Amino acid sequence: MNKFTTLSGIAAPMPLINIDTDMIIPKQFLKTIKRSGLGVNLFDEMRYDDDRNEIPDFVLNKPQYRDAQILVAGDNFGCGSSREHAPWAIADFGITCIIAPSYADIFYNNCFKNGILPIVLPQEQVDVLMKDAEKGANARIEVDLESQTITSSDGDVFTFDVDPFKKHCLMNGLDDIGLTMEKEASINAFEAAATQSRPWV
Amino acid sequence: MSPTNSPKTLYDKIWNAHVAHEADDGTCLLYIDRHLVHEVTSPQAFEGLRMTNRPVRAPDKTIAVPDHNVPTTLDRANAATMTEDSRIQVEALDKNAKDFGIHYYPVSDVRQGIVHIVGPEQGWTLPGMTVVCGDSHTATHGAFGALAHGIGTSEVEHVLATQTLIQKKSKNMKVEITGKLRPGVTAKDITLSVIGETGTAGGTGYVIEYCGEAIRDLSMEGRMTVCNMAIEGGARAGLIAPDEKTFEYCMGRPHAPKGAQWEAALAWWKTLYSDDDAHWDKIITLKGEDIAPVVTWGTSPEDVLPITANVPAASDFEGGKVGAAQRSLEYMGLTAGMPLTDVEIDTVFIGSCTNGRIEDLRAAAAILKGKKIKEGMRAMIVPGSGLVRAQAEEEGLADIFIDAGFEWRLAGCSMCLAMNPDQLAPGERCAATSNRNFEGRQGRGGRTHLMSPAMAAAAAITGKLTDVRDLMGESA
Repeated sequence: MNKFTTLSGIAAPMPLINIDTDMIIPKQFLKTIKRSGLGVNLFDEMRYDDDRNEIPDFVLNKPQYRDAQILVAGDNFGCGSSREHAPWAIADFGITCIIAPSYADIFYNNCFKNGILPIVLPQEQVDVLMKDAEKGANARIEVDLESQTITSSDGDVFTFDVDPFKKHCLMNGLDDIGLTMEKEASINAFEAAATQSRPWV
Repeated sequence: MSPTNSPKTLYDKIWNAHVAHEADDGTCLLYIDRHLVHEVTSPQAFEGLRMTNRPVRAPDKTIAVPDHNVPTTLDRANAATMTEDSRIQVEALDKNAKDFGIHYYPVSDVRQGIVHIVGPEQGWTLPGMTVVCGDSHTATHGAFGALAHGIGTSEVEHVLATQTLIQKKSKNMKVEITGKLRPGVTAKDITLSVIGETGTAGGTGYVIEYCGEAIRDLSMEGRMTVCNMAIEGGARAGLIAPDEKTFEYCMGRPHAPKGAQWEAALAWWKTLYSDDDAHWDKIITLKGEDIAPVVTWGTSPEDVLPITANVPAASDFEGGKVGAAQRSLEYMGLTAGMPLTDVEIDTVFIGSCTNGRIEDLRAAAAILKGKKIKEGMRAMIVPGSGLVRAQAEEEGLADIFIDAGFEWRLAGCSMCLAMNPDQLAPGERCAATSNRNFEGRQGRGGRTHLMSPAMAAAAAITGKLTDVRDLMGESA
């Protein structure tokens, strides 16, 4: 997994609540058996018309946001299906940080498995960064995971919370399965005991 | 972890019984009893195992079935009915199931169906278990008092390799539905009404336990419908404490325990309830008699109104919901103030992991018996599994559907998410018994109204969103 430590990037504003995983990556793109190549279809139905032409008004089609690395969005980002194709598409586009007041649970977890940092901030701080993002490509937002801070282009500094274990894994690009394998003795012991106490499982 | 003698919720009890390791910061390895797998969210996970030379740790606890992509038309044995990329995914699951030695129900098997219908039907899902699947509607299995939730593909790979999941405990929410439901009101109306009350983020960070007389009165099928949409309320999982109905449903299923093991299981299952003075972080109470038959009007499952209501205006809302409602109304092609019963539909879809079980089909048949669907209506019934289909045929329900003008399909996810050929065209409007009304969910530009099977059947007859109670005669 790619590490996430610091990021200085262009932020794209998407002031919508309940941005769902069907919006992020519509189902017709779930038929892949690979993890890569989905960036071109990120927000596909909002981004292209029926003839596959770009819709100029959509934020990621605007010249100043085509290279965005951060997304600023409304409440309950990533609600809907468990499809990890959603964070795969976001990462493949080049976005590695999302800032929103809240996320859906499964999507939030999926981000951390794919080198994406989903930051939760209170609505009023998201509003400040949304305005910042609306300034376009000249307004770079700085994110520092180590110190858990975001700095707006005007120099406003916001701190954010993140689970220490998730932070550690993201900063070091650690593979969850490898970490869990180190605790195999505990799993073996649990399994042996469970076979006795709940043999029908 | 709470001290062993303190009062506990059902969630606390199941959680405590499955912690294989707990780190100092509370991060746990939760042991997984059942891992359900389908073709869309698993290929990359199996590929990861191959690349790292890891086996599936517990193949006997891993069950796979293709459901999302499979055509539901009667000619699906002909490979040409599937698109190339769908076929590749299904064939990948065929191969992965064989190579890794996991339980498998291929498309050709009569037991094939939607993974969340097959699991309970075959007795894989039992009370007190942990159940995961790379699918958000895994919440369905919570109806048995099993801790069940959706996971991403990286987590699918993690469970395949380690039979555990890295988890932190969620908070406890109680959703109590008191009293009795009125005629024409179903489990679907309960679960949609709860989401209408809490919003789609209301359950974020919680595991919900549904309780109260109206929940106890539901059949297992109805309880599955309620828990299925816990995810639409944002919760990690939904639970209902097991009782005699649960045990009766499980008994004799192919993979349920037998003999002395059944007795041992039953003894433990009977301890699976929330203690009287357990701590709840949040409590929601609805009166059963206040719940009406409902439909959704917008593009979020929280956009719920009684069928007797009018389409709202964006200005009825506050904050970010104003813009969202405006966008929804435009997408749905609805005018504020119009009665919902004036909304004309052209498509009806009855099926999905929410409402594709035998009881759902019986409810639809009760409305459709001796009736015809409106001329020009495209209407399909997609049973949740091959066995549900067979039972519906045996009970004479299939004849009622066919006589009414419905297409009677083979099992699969179908038009719930339109990954197979069953899709809406732009502007088409569907009365659907599925679980999501997101933009484009049933096909680009397609418009979805969520409701119960009885309400969808009523809409098929009249061609409009309809109060099913108007078609129920004196029983209403």
